[in-house]
Amino acid sequence: MSGFLASFDTILLWTFAGGALASAVLMLVLRQPMRVAMALITCMVFLGGVYGMLGVHFIAAFQVLIYVGAVMVFMVYAIMLLDPRDETATARYSKFLWPGIIGFVLLAEALAVGYWNDLPQAPRGPAGEIFGIADFSKAFLSDYWLHFELTSVLLLVAVVAALAVIKENRRQERG
Amino acid sequence: MLQFVAASLFALGLAGVIIRRNVLVMLMCMELMLNAVNLSLVTYAHAMGSTVGAVLVFLVFVVATAEIAVAIPIVLLLVRRKKTLDIESFSDLKG
Repeated sequence: MSGFLASFDTILLWTFAGGALASAVLMLVLRQPMRVAMALITCMVFLGGVYGMLGVHFIAAFQVLIYVGAVMVFMVYAIMLLDPRDETATARYSKFLWPGIIGFVLLAEALAVGYWNDLPQAPRGPAGEIFGIADFSKAFLSDYWLHFELTSVLLLVAVVAALAVIKENRRQERG
Repeated sequence: MLQFVAASLFALGLAGVIIRRNVLVMLMCMELMLNAVNLSLVTYAHAMGSTVGAVLVFLVFVVATAEIAVAIPIVLLLVRRKKTLDIESFSDLKG
């Protein structure tokens, strides 16, 4: 029974990974920005499923909460704000289509060959919970507290930058 | 094997940034690249059983949020000036 459950977990893990890859391919093919956003959200939810199957459940939760809940909602909002006034947005590919495809093939091949030859073995399949949020929080706030503080500085800089951009916007409207 | 999925996602995101015309779609492809890096970090954290990868994943989350918070207002500003989302109409920014 446990063998069946383990193989079912493996099947589920690879279904999620394949779904993420398929929706990433869809992102390149679809024409409308809103559909691309929906494909990206699907990809992120599938990746959250992969994280859950790997046993890092808190990262799966944050993937859905932060990426899908915050970042993609903001992106969809921007699409709804900008898209209706734009007729040129339906053109799909730039003039760099073939250089892009060639670069994609070369990069994928180089990464695959590098992984195949040099890097350590991938995990054999889904395992139990390897480290929980307690271990993670201890490591984050004791060993990596400097990085934690640096991220808060980064967020402050981002807020100031967003305010500066909005101010520039207002100045243009007046002048 | 999940590293291969992560590498393919990263390459797909980079190809999307290069070949698509729409600025918002290019931004979303950059998000896809960040997600691929996250998947790679989680895979290695899982393989090695260490929390370092998870810490890095959280830093990537914060960077992605900050990036989108700055990038969307810039896109709004550009679109207000040029009335288009087409990346090729912004080529006078090359200087």
